[in-house]
Amino acid sequence: MAYCISPFLWQFLTSLKPDSEITRLPPVFPESITIKHYISIFEGYPFLRIIINSAVVSLSTTLLSLIIGSLAAFALSKLNMGYKGLSLGFVLSVSMFPPVATVSPLYIIIRFLGLRDTWLALIITYTTFSLPLSIWILTNFFREIPDEIYLSARVDGCTPFQIFYKIILPLSAPGIFTAAILIFIFSWNEFLFALTFTSTIASRTIPVGIAMFPGIHEVPWGDIAAASIVVTIPLIILVFAFQKRIIEGLTTGAVKG
Amino acid sequence: MAEIRFENVKKRFKDITVIDGLDLTVKDGEFFTFVGPSGCGKSTILNMIAGLEDVTDGNIFFDDTVVNDLSPKERDVAMVFQSYALYPHMTIYENIAFPLRMKKVSDESVDKEVKRVVSLLGLEEMLKRKPKELSGGQKQRVALGRAIIRRPKVFLMDEPLSNLDARLRVEMRAEIKRLHQELKITTVYVTHDQSEAMSLSERIAVLHHGEIQQCGSPSDVYMNPLNVFVAGFIGSPSMNFIPASLKNREPLTIECNRVILFLKNYLFHKGGEEGLILGIRPEDVIVSDKKSEGAVEVVVSLTESAGSFNYVDVIWNDVTVKGISKINTDLKTGSRVFIEIPLDKIMLFDNKSGRRLAA
Repeated sequence: MAYCISPFLWQFLTSLKPDSEITRLPPVFPESITIKHYISIFEGYPFLRIIINSAVVSLSTTLLSLIIGSLAAFALSKLNMGYKGLSLGFVLSVSMFPPVATVSPLYIIIRFLGLRDTWLALIITYTTFSLPLSIWILTNFFREIPDEIYLSARVDGCTPFQIFYKIILPLSAPGIFTAAILIFIFSWNEFLFALTFTSTIASRTIPVGIAMFPGIHEVPWGDIAAASIVVTIPLIILVFAFQKRIIEGLTTGAVKG
Repeated sequence: MAEIRFENVKKRFKDITVIDGLDLTVKDGEFFTFVGPSGCGKSTILNMIAGLEDVTDGNIFFDDTVVNDLSPKERDVAMVFQSYALYPHMTIYENIAFPLRMKKVSDESVDKEVKRVVSLLGLEEMLKRKPKELSGGQKQRVALGRAIIRRPKVFLMDEPLSNLDARLRVEMRAEIKRLHQELKITTVYVTHDQSEAMSLSERIAVLHHGEIQQCGSPSDVYMNPLNVFVAGFIGSPSMNFIPASLKNREPLTIECNRVILFLKNYLFHKGGEEGLILGIRPEDVIVSDKKSEGAVEVVVSLTESAGSFNYVDVIWNDVTVKGISKINTDLKTGSRVFIEIPLDKIMLFDNKSGRRLAA
């Protein structure tokens, strides 16, 4: 707990200190509190634009990944199709390649498609990398739903797609929330692809944006700290808001019939 | 309402043949039951009627229409499952209304129909609740309600009572029978419980290894089983089977457990050369502590009270035979008693083929 929280606290304290106190050790409570850094990140940098970039990219990725992932998971868990295990294994293999190994070829593809420095470049890439996660989580959730419920809905006159959105989706809400939050956090924090595919504030996301804060002669530690705190807040709110759902999702996922 | 006709229906899963050539007609409005041990293919037959499983070969007709390639929706069937399969996220009202909602029926008539079904099943108080707040019996009622609401052509039930406790099962059995009498919908019922099959159905088909062993009214199947399997499966407790051998064909003389029996009124012309199986139902074997004419001496090994009488297991020359005794006879384990073999109640089966031997 202390190990996880103390860097965050330190960062928080740093963001409230005037520049003169920041480098002082040990990093105890500041003598005078200032919100100067919080103002300067919005005034001195295009920080709002960066946040919007990140929000759009992360939300689109989450949405896209859930839509594709849940459809795929539905097919893999409930429909009659061959090679289910093989398909799942194949999907999983996507996440075996370390990003460092794929970043250069992907850059070439993105450049070829003319998508450099656009939201789309990041959305496509993130969706690809988060799909295995969403497919696996959702497949397991959908499998927990008894087959008889699926069959019963078919006899009651549903088409497979109607079963999907009327029965399967509402019953898997915890799983969907779990997957959504994990994907959102992944896209919100991702650095390597964002650094490679973006070049201006048109599409630069938060992690890259903050990394670009340092000027030639100085590192604005206070501003960096303030920015980090600001971008952490949405995640904290998200996790707390859906805490109950996530715990349900991570532990049981069972649907009692 | 519809008649269901199977014409040489086959079902194979990869290399395993589950149903090999089923020919059968379920009459319009009939209550028909497939009964058999687990793995005999009865649920597969039901799923094929529903359209949840493809037919490998042959045809299934509803009246004069081949339904092989129709979806469950187009077949207009309703199904009740063993696990109820209610939709957990919907209220009871919405669960029952669901099939009508899928048919895009107006809210007004949905409401009217739900009210009708609910009063038929006594679920008025439950409408706003979710399935998890209901007991097993109530859930099964809801499942029945969801099935009958749209007046289907065919009503399918896959072991609907197996998850209920014994008392509820008897209660729901009566409920199902009453519903069928009121609605007169062709009903195909699947169960492994022969007493359920006997008490509910107009006709039953006894299945074993994917083949119909016998089909007929419950009393007919009980009185005249065609083979050892049916004789042993139908009736509770099971029929006693005792090895025997043929001594003479006319007049029929057999040796059974070192006792020679003359069967004057029993006749068959072939079979039995490689041994016989003598079958007799426990309720026809009277165990008594008094010796009567033609009785054989046996040793009591177990007694169970069945209320108005006792079931008694006795050992007759190393063969255990189940019989009944009057409630007031005091038979102690290990005591020597007598059983009478009623010659007119005996059934003989061929040891090799298992077929019933009859003229």
